[in-house]
Amino acid sequence: MPIDLDSAFGIHAQALQLRSRRAELLAENLANADTPGYKARDIDFKQVLGAARSHAETLTTTQPDHIQPGAANPIGNVHVGFRNPLQPSLDGNTVDVQVEQAAFARNAVDYQTSLTILGGRIRSLLTAIKGD
Amino acid sequence: MPLSNIFDIAGSAMSAQSVRLNTVASNLANADSVATTPDTAYRARNPVFSAVMQGMGRNAESVGVKVQGVTESQAPINKQYQPGNPLADATGYVYTTNVNPVEEMANMISASRSYQNNVEVLNTSKQLMLSTLKLGQ
Repeated sequence: MPIDLDSAFGIHAQALQLRSRRAELLAENLANADTPGYKARDIDFKQVLGAARSHAETLTTTQPDHIQPGAANPIGNVHVGFRNPLQPSLDGNTVDVQVEQAAFARNAVDYQTSLTILGGRIRSLLTAIKGD
Repeated sequence: MPLSNIFDIAGSAMSAQSVRLNTVASNLANADSVATTPDTAYRARNPVFSAVMQGMGRNAESVGVKVQGVTESQAPINKQYQPGNPLADATGYVYTTNVNPVEEMANMISASRSYQNNVEVLNTSKQLMLSTLKLGQ
């Protein structure tokens, strides 16, 4: 039985990519906390990851020659939305530093979680390969 | 890889905030400077920040901060009657600055907090990248 790395890692490899994209967006928001007219942006994690998951589903094949959709990478082109500000400021800036900091911290922890899960999967694969 | 873009983004924000701290230092240092005419008097300087977009619309990638320029405050210049001052004009007045020290102190605290925020973002991203490199070990 060939070992398929994509199915071994499941959704977590894509989740990791999405988390790092979100970390970038939140860092942009924090960097522009004092820029007049800047609008804070974010992505809807659940919606994007759900789209990635449905995209990863396999097609029913009736012939051995039928081609399965490849390991497409839907994370690269995510829908980025603007945040609804709680306290918009007079200069048109919608960055709420506290909200962004909290979101960034949470996203960092979630990234670590995905890393831990992936590390566990890699260790199980290594155990299976070595056989001890 | 998006995580490495954070270094550019937070770095641009840190350099912008340090320009802001520089103007605050310059304004506070010159808060008591005097001049003979209103034209030569020191005016408070303020940096103008703007977001640098790469790409178009809402999918624009990597939004850093850029200092568009430094503007001089157009607030009126105060004058003081100091006939003994060697810089006084014919009527005995010297022209001071339009620097508001309280405003500058608030500006300084805001700039230093923003700078610290970006340092934290950089540190966290660095940790995440290092953990990613150690994946599977």
